[in-house]
Amino acid sequence: MKKFINDPFNLVDEMLDGFLAVHKKKIRKLEDVRSIARTDAPVAGKVGIVSGGGSGHKPAFIGFCGEGMLDAVAVGEIFTSPPPLACYEAVKAANGGKGVLILLGNYAGDVMNFQMSADLSAADGIEVEQVILTDDVASAPKGQENRRRGVSGAFLCWKVAGAKAAAGGSLAECKEVVERVNANTRTIGVALSPCTVPAKGSPTFVLADDEMEYGVGHHGEPGTERIKMMSLDDTVQKMMNEILVDLPFTKGDNVAVVINGLGSTPQIELYAAFRKVKSILDTEKINIENAYVGEFFTGLEMAGFSITLSKLDPEIKSLLDAPASTPCYTC
Amino acid sequence: MSESISNKQMYHIVETICDTIEEQQQYLSDLDGELGDGDHGVNMAKCFREVRKKVEPVADKDCGTILKTVGMYVMNSVGGAMGALYGTMFLKLAAECTGKTEVTLDDLARMFTAAENGIRTIGKAQVGDKTLLDTVAPAVASLQKSAAEHKSLTEALAAFEMAAKNGMESTRDLIAKMGRASRLGERTIGHLDAGATSCYFILRSFAHGVEK
Repeated sequence: MKKFINDPFNLVDEMLDGFLAVHKKKIRKLEDVRSIARTDAPVAGKVGIVSGGGSGHKPAFIGFCGEGMLDAVAVGEIFTSPPPLACYEAVKAANGGKGVLILLGNYAGDVMNFQMSADLSAADGIEVEQVILTDDVASAPKGQENRRRGVSGAFLCWKVAGAKAAAGGSLAECKEVVERVNANTRTIGVALSPCTVPAKGSPTFVLADDEMEYGVGHHGEPGTERIKMMSLDDTVQKMMNEILVDLPFTKGDNVAVVINGLGSTPQIELYAAFRKVKSILDTEKINIENAYVGEFFTGLEMAGFSITLSKLDPEIKSLLDAPASTPCYTC
Repeated sequence: MSESISNKQMYHIVETICDTIEEQQQYLSDLDGELGDGDHGVNMAKCFREVRKKVEPVADKDCGTILKTVGMYVMNSVGGAMGALYGTMFLKLAAECTGKTEVTLDDLARMFTAAENGIRTIGKAQVGDKTLLDTVAPAVASLQKSAAEHKSLTEALAAFEMAAKNGMESTRDLIAKMGRASRLGERTIGHLDAGATSCYFILRSFAHGVEK
């Protein structure tokens, strides 16, 4: 393992120290737990939006904490969900008196720990709702959408939830609009090389020089197939074929596209990938309203990328376009 | 062996858990590497190294305080599914023996019944899903049976350990239905579940720790 680290078990705290110092105008650390909140949280009279999960996905999750997106975030160890107390303190920090919406990925640890935090919060009289995000088509077959993992589509869900809350939406309205986004969002990922969790010290999987892990998860979870290397266009075509039929996306749809680097794939390749996605959607007469290319939800230094497509309606489109000011995303 | 577990023995049990997890660290990580991300041993060892430090100052307190100290640390430090499940397990065990400096077989059966219920509520797994519940459920059933039949504590703990071991072994032939491994479907057959295995080491420590 070749990494710039000291003690692997201190890495998350060391990262957080640096991150908070850089972005102190927008975010602050909560006392006694490893959670953060926007500096002005809780915002009175606004629904609080909370997320969180394991570390190693930068800029997710903490990079999207701020005005117009997440009010508070619970920070876990690398690829490990945060404990209930961290989630609970995040909920309390986000609670401006109109209830709190927790958005989490569909991972066993996250589901358990956030459920416990929701129970603790409810016992305090805080109204809490949860939406479990499930956009990864490779992680369970069609018809079993609720078993799927939550991956980079989460970025769109956080953006929409934050904007809806900022616009004065009620807890029920915020929840409904995120459920709508999640139901209309599909993602698939592909990897060229694995990542190494520092505490473990060896790669999450091993690929031959001419192989790709197709359908890979954001933690290096095995995909649906291990396939031979293909050109960028052929790779994108295969991914798009799967995403398009899954929802399905059809002629005349308006969509948002996210091309998300998984950690060490350069932007030059991501933009080239977007070009192919656009040409496929042009042919299908599907209209790209919003496009995002870059790193939103990585898996440490994994090489690879994911494609997310999300079908828009006018409300979701306007919420995506609403202002946001966070450490890693501003619009 | 006397017919109850003293607070001193409960402390030894916790020490035995910490020792065993430390000894088995690599084995647990290797098992987890077959189906998961391979860090189960490392994370468990890190957690129980801290547990040892946290429990030392309460070593002469009642059984409930000792187990609650374990549970609070596990619940609120490590995170992940394991933090939630083992945290719940120790907190439920603790809640059923608050203030007690002696725990009888009947107490132990009640404590572990509460622990199993807590694990079922938070984990939502069923027996046969290839999780630590496959270790817990038969072990708890064995304890309940021993208590109902007024077995000696020695006999009961031996049966408890054996039932936990068989439960752990049963996960080898199962298809994972929960958590990350569940995405691998039939590829999980032939591998022991890492959580079921660490759980066996914890439950076994109750039998071995009392003997100290």
